[in-house]
Amino acid sequence: MSIVTVQLGQCGNQIGHEVFNVICGDVHGAHGLCSKKENESYHDACKERFFSEEESEVPVARAVLVDMEPKVISQTLSIAARSGYWKYDDRSHFCQKQGSGNNWANGYSVHGPRHKEIIMNLVQKEAEKCDRLGGFFTIMSMAGGTGSGLGAFVTQCLRDAFPTSFILNHVIWPYGTGEVIVQNYNSVLTLSHLYQSSDALLVHENDVIHKICAQLMNIKQISFRDVNQVIAHQLGSVFQPAYTAEGGLRYSRNPLGDLMETLVPHPEFKMLGLRNIPQMPENSLAYSTFSWPGLIKHLRQMLIANAKMEEGIDWQVRPPRLGFSIPSSPSTNKPLHFNTSIANLVILRGKDTHSVDLGTFQDPSLYTSWLNPQDAFNAWKTPRAFNKYEKSASLVSNSQFLLKPLDNVVGKAWNMFASKAYIHQYTKFGIEEEDFLDSFTALEQVISSYSIL
Amino acid sequence: AVGHKLYGNQYRENIVEKLRKTAEHCDCLQCFFIIHSMGGGTGSGLGTFVLNLLEDEFPEVYRFVTSVYPSGEDDVITSPYNSVLAMKELNEHADCVLPIENESLFDIVNKIHQMINSGKLGSTVKPNSMVTSGAGSAKTVQEKPFDAMNNIVANLLLNLTSSARFEGSLNMDLNEISMNLVPFPRLHYLVSSLTPLYTLADVNVPSRRLDQMFSDAFSRDHQLIQADPKHSLYLACALLVRGNVQVSDLRRNIERLKPSLHFVSWNQEGWKTGLCSVPPVGHSHSLLALANNTCVKPTFIELRDRFIKLYKKKAHLHHYLHIDGMEQSCFSEAISSLSDLIEEYNELDATKGGPRTDPSRLKIAV
Repeated sequence: MSIVTVQLGQCGNQIGHEVFNVICGDVHGAHGLCSKKENESYHDACKERFFSEEESEVPVARAVLVDMEPKVISQTLSIAARSGYWKYDDRSHFCQKQGSGNNWANGYSVHGPRHKEIIMNLVQKEAEKCDRLGGFFTIMSMAGGTGSGLGAFVTQCLRDAFPTSFILNHVIWPYGTGEVIVQNYNSVLTLSHLYQSSDALLVHENDVIHKICAQLMNIKQISFRDVNQVIAHQLGSVFQPAYTAEGGLRYSRNPLGDLMETLVPHPEFKMLGLRNIPQMPENSLAYSTFSWPGLIKHLRQMLIANAKMEEGIDWQVRPPRLGFSIPSSPSTNKPLHFNTSIANLVILRGKDTHSVDLGTFQDPSLYTSWLNPQDAFNAWKTPRAFNKYEKSASLVSNSQFLLKPLDNVVGKAWNMFASKAYIHQYTKFGIEEEDFLDSFTALEQVISSYSIL
Repeated sequence: AVGHKLYGNQYRENIVEKLRKTAEHCDCLQCFFIIHSMGGGTGSGLGTFVLNLLEDEFPEVYRFVTSVYPSGEDDVITSPYNSVLAMKELNEHADCVLPIENESLFDIVNKIHQMINSGKLGSTVKPNSMVTSGAGSAKTVQEKPFDAMNNIVANLLLNLTSSARFEGSLNMDLNEISMNLVPFPRLHYLVSSLTPLYTLADVNVPSRRLDQMFSDAFSRDHQLIQADPKHSLYLACALLVRGNVQVSDLRRNIERLKPSLHFVSWNQEGWKTGLCSVPPVGHSHSLLALANNTCVKPTFIELRDRFIKLYKKKAHLHHYLHIDGMEQSCFSEAISSLSDLIEEYNELDATKGGPRTDPSRLKIAV
């Protein structure tokens, strides 16, 4: 089954391009570390998911590029074509000249309805190219105007036009100290709207990825390209083919469906976080070896302690034991915040994955009480190594990972809303104070639900 | 009055026609730049008339105004009248105003001259890198007295539009500037600063570090009006960087400079950032900072005081009043509009440094 990617705004298009790059590079790389037959299987599954075979010599990405100004899309199209390995369909894009001015209301209420028909036509065309449509993957940032506002509108249209398809929104959380001053408003409006139409929101935070670039990848002058490449690597580690059942004979053909099934048992809980280890500069890979027990141990502790990356993990945090009080730090005596999960998915790629013991992830104390740990935890594996990493482990988690960031964003937006700053910019395009209040209410509800897990 | 009421009405048709013709050439018209001075008659009077016109004829197109404010020793005696009358129009009809003061431009020009003439070893300045140079322009003109100062403003506008003209990893368009820097409709006055002022020609001298460029943008002598944003209250701040600067450099400098700046309570992290890959001619990188800051208040207060000094004595009033359409009420409305604006800034300043009580959040029934 194929996935149609919708790249929205500058961020969406820049990241989308890196994602296809990673996927293509991985498939063509010589570091598969597995049998030829396995490699071919992987290649075929990947191709079916992300690329279509047209008259051109190179595979064509199944993607629709949307932006309200032309520079980023034209850059993205040309860089992809120059790679020689893959390209976008030349007709599968839509852009305007004006941009959305970082204004969610402009993206949602003006550009959305105005260009709905053209954009949905492009999506329909891509969908028809698929033998079987597995769903939609949209990439957008929450901070700006196009990705966020137009993105929310497009997601709604996708839901209306394809009521039974899966929709996964990849959402970029902006830097806390601001890329856009009204980013908190835009974020609140985006999240509340996406929650209604989307099946799940997979979140990447710029601050976190920035730290990974600085501390794990040792990059001195970090550019957005570096950040986007780390994000692309993490996404690739989730979306590349894997066996979803123990002893599975064929690569899963329904990646989005499988993802939703394992991770979103209840529509109130749609926020997914992603962790991937190990992460290191490419030139260090040759000198490093990893053991699965070590990786699993770290990944589990990252889950429990809500660590954003492999460095600085707090090992003091432990899951609460039934009947015992919440564990506290011996030094400060404050209760250590333990990250409760609803559902987790671990994806293992590379050497010796068949022998890995994941029992520690099935510990019932990791999970909220209303799901069986057998249902709450799933594992996907493949012996085929990913993106030059001999062993790679990813964790997609529906847990309290995003509770604090969400609370922060809502708090800041509320603070600004109370002073009515910038509201006139939104009412100008038809988003009124009541709309803001609705969004705030919806998100407070989500925060509350995740808090009481 | 002559500019606004007389010529405005007289030439309205002509002006509209010319505007429409030019606008038709555009695939997609986003913004008008109005460039004028506040003190004179045409720029100020007719200029603000055109501003009104643009709002009527092209309501959806942004109006950015670059206004040169009169200095204390202005040779036009009635410049306070002209300026305050114009201010009312700017208050009501402009989307964004970038005030400029000749004194500041003059100081910057002097600073550069001192640098060139100081004769210090290794301090030769690359001639086309000065913010006062018109290098890269279509023809070489004889440098006239105001040319150097005007080139600074030209470079300001170039930097402002660089993200629209060139590629970058984080584009910042003109409509984004208005969106992010104008929290309330009337508070749309932005203090601008440009760095660096020049690049040294001698490659042996290490170029001023990137971080120095960021520090300079907030210093008093780089601002294009006589103001000190560091000691006043920021409502919002935008940084548009050009050249080989990446997001980590931006972040590092924001973190570094943030503690020494005062931001209003509801916008503690109010930064808008843009990264454009192409630097200006002669530089490897440059920075334009735009601040919505209460430090514009003194400029307005001074304007008001100079106005009142003249108005109290009814000096030169008759020149204005005998123009058709011009009445005493125009003056009183204009000064009250300006006073209201000053009062808005006062209220904001009053919140500076006060205790922060965050409003309580919505409660959800569990």
